[in-house]
Amino acid sequence: MTTLTAPPARGRSRPRNPNRPAWEEPPTAVGQTAKGLTLGTVVLLIIVPVYCVVLTSVSTPGAINRAGGLVIVPDGITFDPYSTMLSGGPVRRALLVTFGITAVGTVLSMVVSVLCAYGLSRSRSLGHRFLLMVLVVTMFVSGGLIPTFLVVSELGGYGKYWSLILPSAVSVFNILVLRGFYSSTAAELIDAARMDGASEWRILWSVVLPTSRAVTAVITLFYAVGYWNTFFNVMLYLPTDSQKWPLQYVLYEYVNLGMNMPGQVNSGFGVSGHSQTAPLSLQMAVVVITLLPIMLVFPFMQKHFAKGMLTGAIKG
Amino acid sequence: MASTVAEQGEDEDEQDRREAAAGDGGTPVSGTAAGGRAAERRISWRIRLRRDKSLILMTLPAVALLLVFNYLPMVGTITAFQYYDPLDGITNSEWAGLANFRQLFGDPLFWHAMENTLYISAVQLVLFFPIPILLALLLNSVLNSRIRSLIQAITFLPHFYSWVLVVTLFQQMIGGAGLLNQFLREHNAGTWDFMTNPHTFSLLVTSQVVWKDAGWGIIVFLAALSAIDQNLYEAAAADGAGRWRRMWHITLPGMRGVIVLMLVLRLGNALSVGFEQLLIQRFAVGHDAADVLDTFSFYYGIGTQNYSYGAAAGIFKSVISLLLIWGANKLAHRFGEDGLYRK
Repeated sequence: MTTLTAPPARGRSRPRNPNRPAWEEPPTAVGQTAKGLTLGTVVLLIIVPVYCVVLTSVSTPGAINRAGGLVIVPDGITFDPYSTMLSGGPVRRALLVTFGITAVGTVLSMVVSVLCAYGLSRSRSLGHRFLLMVLVVTMFVSGGLIPTFLVVSELGGYGKYWSLILPSAVSVFNILVLRGFYSSTAAELIDAARMDGASEWRILWSVVLPTSRAVTAVITLFYAVGYWNTFFNVMLYLPTDSQKWPLQYVLYEYVNLGMNMPGQVNSGFGVSGHSQTAPLSLQMAVVVITLLPIMLVFPFMQKHFAKGMLTGAIKG
Repeated sequence: MASTVAEQGEDEDEQDRREAAAGDGGTPVSGTAAGGRAAERRISWRIRLRRDKSLILMTLPAVALLLVFNYLPMVGTITAFQYYDPLDGITNSEWAGLANFRQLFGDPLFWHAMENTLYISAVQLVLFFPIPILLALLLNSVLNSRIRSLIQAITFLPHFYSWVLVVTLFQQMIGGAGLLNQFLREHNAGTWDFMTNPHTFSLLVTSQVVWKDAGWGIIVFLAALSAIDQNLYEAAAADGAGRWRRMWHITLPGMRGVIVLMLVLRLGNALSVGFEQLLIQRFAVGHDAADVLDTFSFYYGIGTQNYSYGAAAGIFKSVISLLLIWGANKLAHRFGEDGLYRK
């Protein structure tokens, strides 16, 4: 690279990075380059696959053929795969099922977990040690796969939606995170509320929950992502009933295993007359639909990750 | 023991409804925490029960769910000692004694699954475990906080993808019809069969784990790094210690406790290597390479409806896992670290 004009920094010492401690040596060029290259590669490895898949899902069949499969450079853009898929068929069904399971499951899990976490967070309450032990034991000892399957089956869960929700509704880890937060914050506030005659329910609802929005948001999203990703429970309890499959299982059967979509000819996938739509773009559209909510929700979650541990009513 | 709690809960349910009817914010429930634990003990449990009943009530839904879906299956492990028949249920099935275990230990497929489990686990320990530590060190040295948090956000996003999604993305990138192989074909460089090759399967699995979870693993190590006292660095620099000496004598010792803890957890989980991940790819690489203990009990237990046999494999796995956690902790204590629990 030729430089016609002298770079502005020449002759002067480079401006000091205010974040660099005074005692630290200035960075070497080799070190900086190596660091940049490594981190750049790591970031690219994560972004590129998603980028290719998204671009392929909105490309015209011609563009996909020209690119020989996956598209890297945008060429012809079309949203046909999405409109054909959302107009009916297995993917739209799966989308509804997944939204339903995620909504119901997340609400249930959160109600149960917040109550339990608060109930265990008052360290002098009767029996809280015993109850805590009941919880913690399940983190180390488990009945295992088959006995759990048999219990759910004997309770009539086989083939029912609830078998995708109830067996994994409680995450002891999440409860312990919430509990840690509740017991470390707002002790003065809670005592003040108690002096004013508030019941425990009242304290939870109007003191503890509003002061711990960030951690509540993070845990909610953990649960929601868990339900959104439900896969193995489907394999256990609903493997044959394709009407009840959530998105992840549809992705597995039709994209990963490459099975044919039921009713591929006349409904949903490749409506007759649209047969020129490349199946690959449809498959990639399923991938994107599975991916999208997580990508959309993530920046929001990211914000709370940072804030979550700093917020506290006392400090603010 | 759990049933007593449930009964208490029902009694309180009654009381609580009466109190709720009396209106919210009735009597102050707590004795405003005067005195410590000793003072607390002097109050009779009846009064404490009255005081804390709403707190106990709050924990009951979670406890109930755990009792049904975690504790009941623990009791259900007795099916491993039965000839379980779905028509008879757990209560009426015929007893088998140790027959299932005897059959299990004589089954070459089981030992093969065991071998695969340990092999994949070892590969992951060597190739996956250090990566989050190195990335955390690298990221910690990035001074611009905006760039740092952006990189962090991007790297831990894949943790929230499902395994099906991750495998599909890998398939699209390096699979037989994927981007890499297209590129190779166009340049007449032959093809590279990575997704379906049983011989390199452990590497494939590990690279997927790295891709999905390395960024997530960074979090805990970054937290450990930020907890190190900056004055130590300043003092060391004043004494003439360079970059690398500071890393060796301050940074790494500062992270030691967390590294040992993560290692203990990893060893304790050595027998559970990526269940869903392997399940999804078993079809592509064949069961010979992809069968681990978890998938073994899934396929030979539920797949062939030989439930008792699968349950026996499950028990075997749990017992060995507990021993591993215990052993890893002993090792951590030997090195003077806390590990999972203190000595």
